[in-house]
Amino acid sequence: MLLEINNLSRRFGGLQAVSDASFSVSQGMIKAVIGPNGAGKTTLFNLISGTLPPSSGAIHFKGQPIHGLPPWRIARLGMARTYQNIKLYPGMTALENVMVGRHCRSRAGFISGMLSLPWTKKEENASRAVAMELLALLDIADLAEVEATSLAFGQQRAVEFARALAMEPELLLLDEPAAGLNIYETAEVARLITKINGQGITVLLVEHDMSLVMDISHEIAVLSFGEKIAEGTPAEIQHNKEVIRIYLGEDDA
Amino acid sequence: MKRHLPLGLLVLAIIGVQLLTRATDTAFYLTPLTMTAYYSLVIVGLCLLMGYAGQISLGHAGFFAIGGYLSAMLTTKNLVPFKDNSLISLCDELGLLVHGQDMFGSAFTHVQPWAACVCAVLVTIVVAYAIGIPVLKLKGHYLAMATLGFGIIVYRLALAFPLFGEADGISDVPGFPILPGLAVSGDFSSRVSNYYLAWGMVALAVWLLVNLIHSRVGRALKAIHGAEGAANATGINTSRYKLNTFVLSAVLASIAGIFLTHYNGGIGPSEAGIMKSVRYVAIVAIGGMANLWGALTMGALLNIMSLRGMFGSYDDAVFGAILIVIMLFAPQGLLGISLPAAFKRILRRGE
Repeated sequence: MLLEINNLSRRFGGLQAVSDASFSVSQGMIKAVIGPNGAGKTTLFNLISGTLPPSSGAIHFKGQPIHGLPPWRIARLGMARTYQNIKLYPGMTALENVMVGRHCRSRAGFISGMLSLPWTKKEENASRAVAMELLALLDIADLAEVEATSLAFGQQRAVEFARALAMEPELLLLDEPAAGLNIYETAEVARLITKINGQGITVLLVEHDMSLVMDISHEIAVLSFGEKIAEGTPAEIQHNKEVIRIYLGEDDA
Repeated sequence: MKRHLPLGLLVLAIIGVQLLTRATDTAFYLTPLTMTAYYSLVIVGLCLLMGYAGQISLGHAGFFAIGGYLSAMLTTKNLVPFKDNSLISLCDELGLLVHGQDMFGSAFTHVQPWAACVCAVLVTIVVAYAIGIPVLKLKGHYLAMATLGFGIIVYRLALAFPLFGEADGISDVPGFPILPGLAVSGDFSSRVSNYYLAWGMVALAVWLLVNLIHSRVGRALKAIHGAEGAANATGINTSRYKLNTFVLSAVLASIAGIFLTHYNGGIGPSEAGIMKSVRYVAIVAIGGMANLWGALTMGALLNIMSLRGMFGSYDDAVFGAILIVIMLFAPQGLLGISLPAAFKRILRRGE
């Protein structure tokens, strides 16, 4: 198992955002977490990526416990993420934003950076080349020198995506990758996720767009009020009575 | 290459100004110009910390004073009465002490300036880490107040200890021999070489910092400034980067303090004062925060004017006022904003 979550809980005061959730993601799959608004999906992502410490429970990544580690350590183990509300670095170009993603794959420090040693220049050029390739993959190579936060919404999403890929992650967490995108852009995102997955990157995504989730996921976990209520293949989930109930409401409603 | 063009201009300006003072017979300007160079070292370091890493420090005069005071104390304290102390005799054997005579002909032993300098920088590094580790967990106003507290402590310590000369400070600090025939000192004869030495240090510091800003580290700092959480999740050890930047800027301030003290032949408590810290912050702000060249230009201009006494007894008030005006009307700094737009904004506010 690449990622294993056991009895994970997180409370915010009186609110139980994630409650005793357990599931796992095996190497090479696309797994989706779905659930109504407020089900605790984003909290779950924040727990996995280390942004929030869990109240209880355990998270193992590549067999190693990661609960309690700071986000940068988890990132360096090979986990990258995107955000529901895009978080790009203001005042930096799209290219620079993606190059920050190369941080954990390069090593120039304060001293070598100040002296601009030959090997740091080489490393810098290599980082730039990888970042340009990724921008090209996402069809935004022509926007490389534009300030990232001034781009259109869909383009910002693409930059964030490229930044995550620049980290060469083994596990990619995508928080609502299709939010705010139109039907064509969503289809493009679906194609891209499948393509990345084909290159051996495991994907865990949170998404509201059911057609996207059903199309590309190998497995789905369903959260409601912080609890996992179902898990299975897209076909199994579509026919799960409990899932239909929480999405469509009670029979007597 | 493009990023080193301004550095070339800086070198030309340094040479040009010296030739100008020579041609116009105004060599007396070289003294405030040299002092300005050392203050510029503090300013470029603080600019990296504030503008790029996004962390404020209202205590950088404290680091300047740690460097200046330690170096002054070690190179003026007569060690003859302690010559039997095992530590002192060990230092003597290592060649870290200078033996001579004072003006009355009695034996006078003090620490060699290079040794004093290394010692002062090491102490600065230790203090900067000790202060930075807890304090950089804070953000915004809280960080400003905590660093302000540090500055006040250094100021009061300088005033409190007879070792540091209390309100008088330390005087009769000897010159600092850098190379044979080249010493940092206020000697009239070495005015030109000191001018070039000081501004050479600034050019070197700027070259290093420009390289840093355009490196992996500089990008990480800008990322931390813009979105700290996302930077952390991208694999950047944000607290270590903030801390290292804080220490680097503290070391630059300390080195400035050391050399200015040897140049002036002394240091007084006003160099450790809060108003000095406020002045550094005001200059970085007016230069445009994340603008090394802006901070350097505005710093040079304002420091020259201040050292030439153009602000009279309103000196500190001028820098306080600059800070208020910049924060109100041009938080992006004075260089790089379009003046007509700024006037329009001022007029609109007046309505």
